[in-house]
Amino acid sequence: MNLHEYQAREILERFGIPFPRGAVAATAQEAMAIAEQFAGPVMVKAQVHSGGRGKAGGVKLARNPAEAAAHASRIIGMTINDLPVQKVLVVPAAEIASESYLGVIVDRAAQRPVVMASAAGGIDIEDVASRTPERILRVPVDPRYGLLPHQATALGFGLYDDLAQVRAGAEIAQKLYAAFYAVGASLAEINPLVTTPDGRVMALDAKLVVDDNELMRHPEIAALRDLSAEAPSEQQARDHGLSFIPLAGSVGCCVNGAGLAMATMDLVKFYGGEPANFLDIGGSSNPEKVVAALQIITGDPRVRAILFNIFGGITRCDDVATGIVQATQQFPLTVPLVIRLTGTNEAEAVAILTKAGFSALTDMDDAVQRAVTLAKG
Amino acid sequence: MSVFIDRTTRLLVQGVTGRDGSFHTRQMLAYGTTVVAGVTPGKGGSRFDGTVPVYDTVAEAVRETQPNATVVYVPAAAAASAIFEAADAGIALIVCITEGIPVLDMTKVIPFLAERGVRLIGPNCPGLISPGQSKVGIIPGNICRPGRIGVVSRSGTLTYEIVHQLSTHGFGQSTCVGIGGDPIIGTSFVHCLAAFQADAGTDAVVMIGEIGGTDEQQAAEYVQRSMTKPVVAFVAGQTAPPGRRMGHAGAIASGSGGTAAEKMAALERAGIPVMRRPADVVPLLKDRL
Repeated sequence: MNLHEYQAREILERFGIPFPRGAVAATAQEAMAIAEQFAGPVMVKAQVHSGGRGKAGGVKLARNPAEAAAHASRIIGMTINDLPVQKVLVVPAAEIASESYLGVIVDRAAQRPVVMASAAGGIDIEDVASRTPERILRVPVDPRYGLLPHQATALGFGLYDDLAQVRAGAEIAQKLYAAFYAVGASLAEINPLVTTPDGRVMALDAKLVVDDNELMRHPEIAALRDLSAEAPSEQQARDHGLSFIPLAGSVGCCVNGAGLAMATMDLVKFYGGEPANFLDIGGSSNPEKVVAALQIITGDPRVRAILFNIFGGITRCDDVATGIVQATQQFPLTVPLVIRLTGTNEAEAVAILTKAGFSALTDMDDAVQRAVTLAKG
Repeated sequence: MSVFIDRTTRLLVQGVTGRDGSFHTRQMLAYGTTVVAGVTPGKGGSRFDGTVPVYDTVAEAVRETQPNATVVYVPAAAAASAIFEAADAGIALIVCITEGIPVLDMTKVIPFLAERGVRLIGPNCPGLISPGQSKVGIIPGNICRPGRIGVVSRSGTLTYEIVHQLSTHGFGQSTCVGIGGDPIIGTSFVHCLAAFQADAGTDAVVMIGEIGGTDEQQAAEYVQRSMTKPVVAFVAGQTAPPGRRMGHAGAIASGSGGTAAEKMAALERAGIPVMRRPADVVPLLKDRL
């Protein structure tokens, strides 16, 4: 789960990481009122789950409160990478002497958290990472001991020459790792970590991504989810325990298992069609889940044909068949339906479907080809 | 012959009385797996379905019944703890079916197991089956046939699809291993390929990968460097959009190496034929054998 910058800031501040003061505004008037509290210029920053905010015009410098209001009224309501901006963060514009990068990720190859630091921070850090990876210091952490003091000091020396700044950087690295670990993050990032002309070290921007599997342990973090940042169909899917991602094609897909769902989408493409979505109904299917899945798929006006691909294991084919029949009793289908199912309770499923006037295929390639043809016709 | 499990496997089931654990324990018993004991804290002293003894702790079960493998069906919040317990009790093979374990939990599990020489398969995996000998996990036994093809996969139902193709065309399997769809897993493609290479009962290997990470690339290097047996591969997720998690926690195409196209190219560069669709598995294998 992604957190907004202002939410990430609040969490990192609780762990003692220094930020400039700041507050969130949902209207131009609120932005102006916040700017008036800070004598001097402010930054007005779009709060949206997308990188490249600055390049999209979502981060602006305002010299006075009136300008802050003007920027806020333009930024609130704009969309960045299809995501609507509903809030801005207003912070005093800091004077910057240097920009660095500090981050923690779970590294899948190393199978442990890795803290990364680079003196070449700022908006081009991804270029730095791909072109000059040697400029990024990487420190693997044994999570049983945490980030050890000498490791944090090494990170500080990787960032700064001045000993006071080295110590400040090391302390921030310790606190960032502590926050990362405490909230169950998969990414915690400060970019840029700046020094000011008078020598202080502080964080100007923050990013936190929390492992979805940790949310059961952190209800206070789960409550921070911004529902406006995702499509209603994605919320509906999550409420029903379905894994769903909308795409732009015309063949609606309903599959059990993530790997088979991806392979089904790939096969749609192989036969010349375009998948409308990724949808995994999960292992232990029940008919209600299938009804919800059909509701979500038929809610997409671009869908011209619906394809079920079920390989019964834990998932029982008869449960899926019952769900399909129940769904079509609750709402009429306006596009053709192609059903492929094989495996556990296949014969029972075919009987249920046949009685309701549907037919079922057993071969995956046959079913996909048929769905692609119907979506085109 | 087979890898990891065979007729001599004596299995413990952790979470034996739960909804998933009880259902699949019955399936494993029906398949012929030797299930020696179960563990559910608080249910010690009882018998599962009147036959399998249930213990409160793994240590007790090990002392009384000498299992050499365990399968974990414990819910996500307590699954890492169940793995620690099994490793601490000296069980050398742990298969974890549970989905949704926090990845930071796994970062603590992995070094603990490495220090004790314990093999973990999974988590978030369907387990494994050596057809006709033993089944540990949830792979449907009826789609498998005894034979000489090794199967290793990051997926569940996609594996069943491909195994079904193999079985219906006369290619039985030595062992099918589901290694799991999480970012951090105990056993990689390379571990399994090495085991199949060393297994006298395996002639060729089918490897089923997907987007996310670079395990397929490491497997490609390994095959080129160290394998003499033929390997054919599939990679799911060619149409997956970058940056989105496709169901499995590990299936995100991002950054360097994570996309299906990059994986397929790396495999082909290593001389491994890559299926364009699951149904290609049989012709590709016939071509290589």
